[in-house]
Amino acid sequence: MKKIFILVILTILLMSFADPDANVILDKVDKNMSSKNRISESEMIIHGRRTSREIKSISYSVGLKQSFTEYLSPAREQGTKMLKLENQLWIYSPSTDRIIQISGHMLRQSVMGSDLSYEDLMDDRKLSDIYTAKFTGNETIDSRNTYVLELIAKVDDVAYQSQKIWVDAERFVPLKEEMFAKSGQLLKRSTLSDVKQVQGRWFPMTIIYKDVLKEGNGTEFKITSVKFDQNIPDYIFTKAALKQ
Amino acid sequence: MIKFLFRGIIRDKSRSLLPIIVVTLGVFLTVFMSGFLKGIFNDITEINAKFTTGHVKIMTRAYGENKDQLPNDLALMDVKNLLNRLKLDYPYMDWVQRIHTGGLLDVPDSLGETRGQGQAIGTAVDLLTPGSPEVDRMNIKKSIVKGSLPVKQGEALISDDFAKKFGVSTGDKITLFGSTMNGSMMFKTFVVSGTLRFGNSILDRGAIFMDIRDAQLALDMDDAASEVLGYFKDGIYNDQKAQELQASFKSKYSRQGDEFSPEMFRLVEQEGLGDYLKLGNSAGAIMVFIFVFAMSIVLWNTGLLGGLRRYSEFGIRLALGEEKRHIYITTIYEAIIIGIIGSVIGTGMGLGAAYYMQNYGLDISAISNNIGMMLPSVYKAEVTPGLFYLGFFPGLIATVLGSALAGFAIYKRETSQLFHELEV
Repeated sequence: MKKIFILVILTILLMSFADPDANVILDKVDKNMSSKNRISESEMIIHGRRTSREIKSISYSVGLKQSFTEYLSPAREQGTKMLKLENQLWIYSPSTDRIIQISGHMLRQSVMGSDLSYEDLMDDRKLSDIYTAKFTGNETIDSRNTYVLELIAKVDDVAYQSQKIWVDAERFVPLKEEMFAKSGQLLKRSTLSDVKQVQGRWFPMTIIYKDVLKEGNGTEFKITSVKFDQNIPDYIFTKAALKQ
Repeated sequence: MIKFLFRGIIRDKSRSLLPIIVVTLGVFLTVFMSGFLKGIFNDITEINAKFTTGHVKIMTRAYGENKDQLPNDLALMDVKNLLNRLKLDYPYMDWVQRIHTGGLLDVPDSLGETRGQGQAIGTAVDLLTPGSPEVDRMNIKKSIVKGSLPVKQGEALISDDFAKKFGVSTGDKITLFGSTMNGSMMFKTFVVSGTLRFGNSILDRGAIFMDIRDAQLALDMDDAASEVLGYFKDGIYNDQKAQELQASFKSKYSRQGDEFSPEMFRLVEQEGLGDYLKLGNSAGAIMVFIFVFAMSIVLWNTGLLGGLRRYSEFGIRLALGEEKRHIYITTIYEAIIIGIIGSVIGTGMGLGAAYYMQNYGLDISAISNNIGMMLPSVYKAEVTPGLFYLGFFPGLIATVLGSALAGFAIYKRETSQLFHELEV
């Protein structure tokens, strides 16, 4: 009995010294960041080289394939709507009463002059679905212990071939992300903060994006309210809803 | 003696025909190629000046550093004031504002949804002001394939290639989608007033030409422009004047340490055009060098052959007591006469061919559609006063040089051997 007890203790000790399973960490991150559906209101503060602008919007998303965003302010953007269905994106402009489909290289263009591209907005897939993770060490960010993971794409249609993410070791929320091109060049960096518990999950309420290839001071994305697992009517995710 | 030599040259065609043909051909090629090369390089410079660089261009420092990305968020502001000041300070220039923007050109179906779309490069110039020099400067009227110039705001010209690809006709609506100066989404619907074809792939690929005011409204650039271009009123680029203008502009308008300060760039400082201008200016010198070098060798050989053929003649003349120096001088005189005849004929032919190419040019549009550089579709020669004498003196020099080298053989003749040689 004594021997079995010592063996169990040793096993536990050995396991605690072993590297954590990166894919398990990624699953836990996905559980926090992904949901059945979500309604969120946000403010996007774009720091340009000349001026800064603040854009307010409300977004509805169901799973990973449907999302609808309506811009609320400023007046120039008010009424502009974006609809994403699967891998297609449409934008409605009230000033011209036109629905324009965005495709090809335009998906890599900046949204409203921000550090986010249309492709960034569209790619809502779970990280574990598109990347293979590898644990590379521990680091401390803002006094919080993090797991550092290297993610390598396992599917072809990804915006970034690889990523490096720093995951809060306790809350399993990314606190920092770096996105790389196939060539290994760093393309974007984001820092996530103001992590709050919403409906039983940890969620970052502020994300600062920086396109490193673009001059300027980055884009601050603040979620002012977020609700998970709501009843969202199906008609919202139709092209007809864009003109309403 | 000149008359005597001239008669000899005319009567003895075997003595003069080949050298005259060689000199004529050489001078013809020098004159024609100099004019043609100068024309080509000047055309390349001119088309770039008209469409992209101006004789001088003013941009903000920050825009200039990233100009390939068409970064209108870094564009010039307070442009009306800037233009007014420029017109007062530098009245010998024409000043125009332009906007360049990139985006998508979207063709709607009957429900207003996307039927087709392609990448677009938008250029906004003053199209609507009566007598605007921009229409002629950019050759817009002549490049219209269908329809006409915009006559009111909200009308635009689009590339004929794009119109054909997406089945767009004049009177149809198209939407330009991109970003405003502030980064907002820009949607602007235009009525197509006509289609354009410049014969240059850069300009013809997804081009949309609109009035500057339309662009300013659509892009939130009310008193802003991507760039201000300046053109010398006589239409000819003068680098010395441009340098003086640039120095004066820098002292009056530029602000140290401000990335949005306006900065002036001369034509030669943009798109590698300085090298083209240098090549154009040295085209004549390059051709003359090749001609004098190559023709001297040919004419030297011709002279040697002539010397061999006239071996007996020179021998008899020496035997009759004519001095070697005199014979040598007469061959030089003969060479001068031959040089003059060949140079006059060659210059005439070269000028004629250059004049023809100046008027009609060589149309390369069929093979230049996929060339990414801003190149003219028709290459034309340029007849300049320099062409009238450019080939003449080298023609003369090459002939004299050739004969002078060949004529040294006369001095190697031994008088004591003459009768022996003549018996043979």
